[in-house]
Amino acid sequence: MNSKTSHTLVSNSKKASISLAPIPYFWSAKQVHAYYERMAESKVDVFYLGEVICSKRKALRLNDWLDIARMLKNQGKEVVLSTLSLVEAASELSVLNKICGNGEFMVEAGDLSAVHMLSQLGVDFVLGSTVNIYNHDSWRKMKQLGMKRWVLPIEHSEQDIESFGNIMGCQTELMVWGRLPLAYSARCYTARTHNLAKDDCGFVCDQYPDGLKLATQENDEFLVINGIQTQSAKQYNLLENMPHPAIDIYRVTPQISHSEAVVALLRKRLDGELSSAQVHESVIKLFPEYAMSNGYWFKQPGMSQHTTVLQ
Amino acid sequence: MELVCPAGNLPALKAAVNAGADAVYIGFQNATNARHFTGLNFTNEQIKAGVAFAHERGCKVFIAVNTYPYSQQMAQWHSAVDAAAELAVDALILADMGVMAYAAEKYPELNLHLSVQGSATTHQAVNFYAQQFGIKRAVIPRVLSVKQVAHLVKNSQVPIEVFGFGSLCVMVEGRCYLSSYATGLGPNNFGACSPASHVKWEQKTGHLETRLNGVLIDQVPEGESVGYPTICKGRYCVNQQTGYAIEEPTSLNTLEILSELHQLGVAAIKVEGRQRSPVYVKQVTQIMRSAIDHCKISGDDYQVNPQWQADLAALSEGQQTTLGAYYRKWQ
Repeated sequence: MNSKTSHTLVSNSKKASISLAPIPYFWSAKQVHAYYERMAESKVDVFYLGEVICSKRKALRLNDWLDIARMLKNQGKEVVLSTLSLVEAASELSVLNKICGNGEFMVEAGDLSAVHMLSQLGVDFVLGSTVNIYNHDSWRKMKQLGMKRWVLPIEHSEQDIESFGNIMGCQTELMVWGRLPLAYSARCYTARTHNLAKDDCGFVCDQYPDGLKLATQENDEFLVINGIQTQSAKQYNLLENMPHPAIDIYRVTPQISHSEAVVALLRKRLDGELSSAQVHESVIKLFPEYAMSNGYWFKQPGMSQHTTVLQ
Repeated sequence: MELVCPAGNLPALKAAVNAGADAVYIGFQNATNARHFTGLNFTNEQIKAGVAFAHERGCKVFIAVNTYPYSQQMAQWHSAVDAAAELAVDALILADMGVMAYAAEKYPELNLHLSVQGSATTHQAVNFYAQQFGIKRAVIPRVLSVKQVAHLVKNSQVPIEVFGFGSLCVMVEGRCYLSSYATGLGPNNFGACSPASHVKWEQKTGHLETRLNGVLIDQVPEGESVGYPTICKGRYCVNQQTGYAIEEPTSLNTLEILSELHQLGVAAIKVEGRQRSPVYVKQVTQIMRSAIDHCKISGDDYQVNPQWQADLAALSEGQQTTLGAYYRKWQ
């Protein structure tokens, strides 16, 4: 399917920022520290930090995350602390309470438990993409409660955001690169693959710093298992389709090997140094082995790849 | 503890009422509810008849308007709320905050229940909906262990309804994009998982292939029962092993822990299955009715009648049942 869209060399009048989503995988403390020391040198403007998938992963505790947050802040970066997407246990609520009341950094609410706590505390917050905001009435409600920024739910398209209604007065953030977060469960699928129950998982997910590929029986890489989370196997890639006037912040989801290259490319595109076509070519050169998708942005199935005639 | 049963049409509603449901839940014939299937659901006239039939027999009727409208679709969801209010149903089951705000403001007397699609997995999230929109009950996702349900019930400001029997969503409801990823249509934005329009069954030599928008979900050998191709119940290859990487075709069945749920203060047991036949609804309702009555009378002496188990197993996906996340080791 081809459509002709005009992606000329544009530079947004407002400064388009780049954000780095929380690390979804289970990395060792050493890997996490090394990653953020590297990324502190990159063009990322906003860092989202914290464990958002599984509360059993304790390579870093809240204080360790706060140390990283302060290191990044000292380097002039904005830092936001992110909360679990799926909160189930009382112990998780108690950690959530501490994060929401940290008093130093803004918080990204991964669910409505966090929204409830933050609004009761009367502090501003970022609304994560795992809270369902499909329409302006819901958006307005969240804004009344202190939402200063929202990350679009993944299935929103360009058309949906353009017909959404007035979204002034609150920043809008869109995921433009990475595996799509598709589902969360009580069950740990990484543990299941190893015939283990979640309570006795032995932290096997540390063997898969980029998640565990799930393929169909005809060998199509379809999903990625990451503990209790299911992701897309394809990279969601909107690098060549950006910038967009409705978007203030462009989000990259971490993977262990290549975040710097993506961030550098995105910065050049947002600054108008590279055309869409040039970005397209660079992505193919950098990641020849990756399957890509961009369907959601074009109101198509998330896994599909819409081909645009680039300029 | 109430028994809340599904009905996809008037005969199913009557079957549920006659078999002893305390409440029946239904939906309109459009994308405003999470069982948006062709040929299913109610016209306004049928709802009127259903409500009259149920009310004459002391049974309540709830309407689910539990999908998420985009801004430009709001008018249709508002109309659904208006119609439900006019039809004098006993509660409206909602998921979207915008729709909830509209209902709470326009119909302050109308009972609002939080749908499982509202994705509230903690008492904090439930209390958020209670304080912001005045919900009177919450249906919680199938992701909590019994201990976690107990904690939530104890700290919730409103009564809690939990799933007791039926198809098992293994992903937290309201935040599962698997169907949407493959087809563009999912529970949140369309009201159905694996829409029939995208499902393909193909007989091959020795096995049946099931596909969803081209993605191979399973190859079912001859002689095995064939489940509906939802992504979470497919067979895939992970680490060189082929199998049910997410979940087997199985149904949730809480008979074993019904007394525990009752004692910890669960207000209602929900049966999944508005897409099921009136006969199915009747059989499941009868069994769950007997079990709940037995719970109330017997207390600690509650025991599962083996016949109930056998009958429910026969009605289950893949003829097998599970306690799902209620049972810690399942997780």
